[in-house]
Amino acid sequence: MIGVGKIKQYTNVLDRPLSKGKQEVSLSAFAFLFSELVQYNQTQVDNIAELERRLEDAGYAVGARVLELLCHREKGNRRETRLLGILSFIHSTVWKVLFGKVADSLEKGTEHEDEYMISEKELLLNRFISIPKDMGAFNCGAFVAGIVKGVLDNAGFPAVVTAHFVPVDGQQRPRTTILIKFAEEVLQREARLG
Amino acid sequence: MAPAAPKSGDAIFASVDRVNAELFTLTYGAIVRQLLTDLEEVEEVNKQLDQMGYNIGVRLVDEFLAKSNVSRCVEFRETAEVIAKVGFKMFLGVTASVTNWDTEGTTCSLILEDNPLVDFVELPDTCQGLYYCNILSGVVRGALEMVSMKTEVTWLRDMLKGDDVFELQVKLLKQIPEEYPYKDDE
Repeated sequence: MIGVGKIKQYTNVLDRPLSKGKQEVSLSAFAFLFSELVQYNQTQVDNIAELERRLEDAGYAVGARVLELLCHREKGNRRETRLLGILSFIHSTVWKVLFGKVADSLEKGTEHEDEYMISEKELLLNRFISIPKDMGAFNCGAFVAGIVKGVLDNAGFPAVVTAHFVPVDGQQRPRTTILIKFAEEVLQREARLG
Repeated sequence: MAPAAPKSGDAIFASVDRVNAELFTLTYGAIVRQLLTDLEEVEEVNKQLDQMGYNIGVRLVDEFLAKSNVSRCVEFRETAEVIAKVGFKMFLGVTASVTNWDTEGTTCSLILEDNPLVDFVELPDTCQGLYYCNILSGVVRGALEMVSMKTEVTWLRDMLKGDDVFELQVKLLKQIPEEYPYKDDE
């Protein structure tokens, strides 16, 4: 148990006042840190799927914490129970806090009922990243997909979340789409709630 | 053309793109967590964090010199002041202070009261040997090595272990003269 048998001079981290979240660091500091994360993971895996999975796992942990932090700070501890509610929470609040702007778009998939897409012209993460040709379709947005997955899972909406590049006419770099595929139980619950 | 005057840390920080510190904090936490899961030994994690910091430092110093326009530092004292006031401010948004100079002027302490890396962090009992912010010591070491100073950077005080500030000791080991990889007359 934490704290047993040791005299700690600082208060429990949960007792400290919560910051307002206005503090900033430079984008380059974050870009350097993220690049080290990707480089470290590259040494630990053999293929791209594993690398994406590891980035997703790292993002998952971030997402879980972001949900708790934002629920407490921004929404007064109110919990989202509807699908559209949680999606717009991610698309506006989470994106605004993490990346400084709301996501470019939120769309419902046309082919399947359970698919939704959040698109971004240029993910903040990918700004200083170039993917070598031999890595094919790898997208560092897997980290962001992990964040979204973390938020959804911990809010009670299990889903499979992936990041994809979608080439856009007239734009040199493809835009990134986060594809969210909800689990069966989420859709059933949503149907029951009416 | 006369070189531009060196800008203050605040001015540079205001002019660079910035991101929310919480994203930075949480990403760093994810990195440390991944390292702990993979390496399991606290000493190994410390070393890996230092290495990652070193890699960052060697590239960070280029950006630092480009954006800050500082003139060449005449002595180590100036270097330490510049790191504390301009460097930390420019990247982390916080300033450090420099204290505890030894008599020869080769060792000093950088004191950080506010550290965005450790928001929301508590060290569990199983990881008491972990230097959570070890990436910072690597960054300072790497950056200084790229400007021909070989240093040793260690943590003296750590807020996560109960102290009231973060204290980083920077010791100048030696100045390495620049070596050219080719001969002039070839």
